[in-house]
Formats: sequence, structure tokens, C-alpha cells
Amino acid sequence: MQSIGQPPRTTVTPIIQVTDLNKTYAGGLSALRSINLEIFKGEIFALLGPNGAGKTTLISIICGIVNASSGQIRADGFDIIADYRAARSRIGLVPQELHTDAFETVWDTVTFSRGLFGKAPNPVYLQAVLTDLSLWDKRSEKIMTLSGGMKRRVMIAKALSHEPTILFLDEPTAGVDVELRRDMWRMVRNLRDRGVTIILTTHYIEEAEEMADRIGVISKGEIILVEDKAQLMSKLGKKQLILSLVEPLSETPKALADVSLELSPDGSELIFTFDGQSDQKNVAGLLRRLNDLGIEFRDLKTQESSLEDIFVSLVRAAA
Amino acid sequence: MNLYAVRAIYHFELARTWRTLIQSIASPVISTSLYFIVFGAAIGARMARIDGVSYGAFIVPGLIMLSILTESISNASFGIYMPKYAGTIYEVLSAPISALEIVIGYVGAAATKSIILGLIIMATARLFVPYGIIHPLVMVSFLILTSVTFSLFGFVIGVWADGWEKLQIIPMMIVTPLTFLGGSFYSINMLPGIWSKIALFNPVVYLVSGFRWSFYGVSDVSVGLSLAATFGFMVACLIAITIIFRTGYKLKV
Repeated sequence: MQSIGQPPRTTVTPIIQVTDLNKTYAGGLSALRSINLEIFKGEIFALLGPNGAGKTTLISIICGIVNASSGQIRADGFDIIADYRAARSRIGLVPQELHTDAFETVWDTVTFSRGLFGKAPNPVYLQAVLTDLSLWDKRSEKIMTLSGGMKRRVMIAKALSHEPTILFLDEPTAGVDVELRRDMWRMVRNLRDRGVTIILTTHYIEEAEEMADRIGVISKGEIILVEDKAQLMSKLGKKQLILSLVEPLSETPKALADVSLELSPDGSELIFTFDGQSDQKNVAGLLRRLNDLGIEFRDLKTQESSLEDIFVSLVRAAA
Repeated sequence: MNLYAVRAIYHFELARTWRTLIQSIASPVISTSLYFIVFGAAIGARMARIDGVSYGAFIVPGLIMLSILTESISNASFGIYMPKYAGTIYEVLSAPISALEIVIGYVGAAATKSIILGLIIMATARLFVPYGIIHPLVMVSFLILTSVTFSLFGFVIGVWADGWEKLQIIPMMIVTPLTFLGGSFYSINMLPGIWSKIALFNPVVYLVSGFRWSFYGVSDVSVGLSLAATFGFMVACLIAITIIFRTGYKLKV
């Protein structure tokens, strides 16, 4: 199954275009199969998938770290092989692992990163980046002396040092505390507001639910869905209406056999499950029919499935 | 050309030298000076002259060459192996930088360190052994050429190595023995019978011989042959590096 979601913003310019991308490792493992994907300028795109699904491989190929077996990728209109200088100069990458030069200072390492990406020295800009990330006070400290969370910030500072317009965040909040995670979410939104396109992979579905404009789900090397987050939750999310009955029932009423109803084990609750796109008339109709049957309830509540529920059901269906 | 990137790599690599000054500079200078003291000043005075050159002075070019070879390989191999080991190579591979620029940055820094080291050892030797340099321009040319060539070789080793042991094995098991047997301490003409012919298969002979010629005007093989052999080895290293970047060998999967 594959559906291409619509971008949430007015612009629909694809900043990343992946066409028929395949990757088979030397050992024969097929890591990516016929990937077609467009990521739009200015959006936050979350790529979800279980371990080994191919998320990091896909990012690594786009960034030039891993060779593709076949297919084409364009970044901001530039082919990542033929026009690698133009393509790569627009991309920043924060890898999953904390790969840092332990003996370097924070300032030296971001200066190095900026130079490596072909940018003239700009201490004012680097100061702003470090200040944004609460690293300015740590600029003269060696990276090895920093905490894990601070090292993660250094990785982000390095990725931002050359003013990229596309930022890949591979599991950016893995292993960081809640406060830092919230800080990073704030930072990512700020970057998006400044026009940076963000592509993030995450194991925290809550993170994607909180931040992403669009969601892509990858499983076993294939993109199984790309969808606007709100539409995805509306389309695939399930809702439940739970009615607490005045008098418990021994079985679901036969007159309501045409309705998706369940009875709780103790018979005190009726549970009506409907999909997120259903007309609310279904609920009203059910309540009227219950009234006609003389089934009274003293309370009702609704609940809906989270992105995590949707993700799990999608991946299970693909398995 | 991405000159900012070349400069970033070059400065980054040289910065490590200044951070580890004792290990990078002091240690090889001291260990080479011990040779000058023992074989030059102490024992050398009691040994016969070789090709009209006092023994102490005779071994100076070979010992400088020994240090340059080992340090060039060590610096360049460590320079590219360390980011592979630490995982920071991702940044170099994802940067808008060509293979040539990467090589210029890493190899240029390694060669610079070796040239500085060679000049320091040369100056230090003068404290213990009197010697002169007949062809200073040729000497400098050999110094640069050898440093660059063996830094290229070190870069290849650094890419090939997937462990610290492999990083050391070629310098220790191959380069150092070849240097000791390559005429650093003697003229290969002094070797008996067939051994003087077999020694000609040792590439280090050509380096030491050419370098010594620039000091004293005496050599085991012609200077032209020495230069050709060094250039030949450089071309071989460049071909290996080209293949590495074309195929992504041990850098990209």
C-alpha cells in the first residue's frame, strides 16, 4: 500500500525526491526496495519504522554515506551523485550515534564542520547556533567532558554549522531526558519556522505525533505509507464510544446485531467501535436505538487510537 | 575546489600534532638522536669511512629517512583511521568535498608533520655529528617527495585497517625492516655477492641512496633511478587511493 500525502503548507515544492531507490548490501541483504518518496520544502517529515526497517540506510544514502544500488535522489533539485557538492551543501545530518571528536573543544568542532562544508568562517553565526543550543558557555570545553545530552546538542550544532536548508535527525532524542527532549522539539519547530525542512526518524511515536506534518512508515525496506499526520489519524484511527449501563446486560442486544458493539466482561459497559472518518450520525443513531430499546446508560466516554496504535497495526499488516 | 574543507581537515590534523607534541615530535626526535649518539658520536669514530664519508655522517640521511617513512605512514594512517574508528567519518563522507580534496587535507597534514620532523632531526643530528649538504634543493625535494609518497601509503593503510593491530603491522613488520636493510647503516655495495643484487628489490634503497646523494654526492644507485622509483611508488599509491574512492572500499558500504 502506498499513498502520497499532501503537504501541509502552501508550497508543494519537493526538496527531496527519491525515485525507485534500491539498496542491497554485499551480503545480499535487501535493505531498501523501490523507494519512491517526496519530501516538501519547509515541512517536518517523520519516518517511522521498526528496527532494521531501512530508515538509517535511506538517510545515509541521501547524505552520501552509503552507496545506493540503483535509483535516483535529488536534493533541492540537485542530483546527489552528479551535483553532489550542491546537494550536500544543503544537507545537515545528525546521526543516531554520538560520533564526536572527544578531544576537541565544542568551538573547534563546529568550526571544523562549517569549514568542511565549504563555508567561510562566521563566528557570529556559530555563536548564535551555540547559544540557541545552550552550548555557548561550554564552547571551550572538550567534548569528552560533556554529558550525553550536551553531546547530542553538539551533534546538532555541527549539523547546523553550515546553515543547511535540509536537516536529517536520525533518532535525535534517543536516550535523552524528558526536559531535553522538549527543548529539542522546540528547537526543531524553530528551525522549521525559519524555513528548514526537517526529516526525522524516531522510535518515540509520541515525538512524531507531537511534531510531524507528515508521516512516512517504512517496513522491511519498503515505504508502506506516506500521509499527512492529521489525515492519517483521521483515516486510520479508531474511535470508541463507551457507555456505562444503568442495568448490566448478559449479552449484546440482538436488535443491534448490525452495529459493531461489544459488551464488557461484567456486562456493565457497551463499547461501540467506529473508524475516525465515520459520520457522527452513527453515534447519534445508536443512542436513539438504545433509547428505543429501553437500554439506559448513566455515563458515556469516547477514546481514540494514538499514532502508536496506527503504526503498530500498519507494521503488523505489512509483516 | 572546496578550499575551506581542505583547510579544515589540514588544520584539524595539525592541531592534533600540537596537542600531542611529545608523542608526535619529541619522541621520534629523541629516539633518532640516540642512534646519532651511539652509532655516530660513540662507535662511529672507531669505524672506517664509507665512500669517503665518516660513518657518523654516513648514517644521518638514512636515519632521517627512517623517521620520515615511519612517521609519514603513522600520521596519515592514524589520521584517516581515527575518524573511521570513532565514527566521525560520516561527516567527511557527507560533506561537499571531493576525494582529491580529502586526500590533500589528510595527506598534506601528515606530510607537513613529517617534513617538520625531518628538519628537526636534521638539525638535532648536527649537534652530534658534523656533516654538510652538497645539493640542498635536491635534499628538500627528496624530503617532500618521500613525505608525500609515504603519507599516501599511510592513507591507504589507514583505510585498509579495521583494527589497531592492522594499523601497526605494515609499518612494524615491513617498512622498518626494509628501512634497516635498505642501506641506512651501510652501503649496499658492502653486502656480499648476490645480496647486493637482492637489495635492489628493496624500494627503500632508492630513497636512502638518493637522499644520501643530496648530502654527500655519493650513492648506491643513480639519482635518476632513485627519483623514478619514488615517483613510481607515489603513482602506485595514487592508483590505490583512486580505486578506494571509486569503489568506496572500507569507507562506504
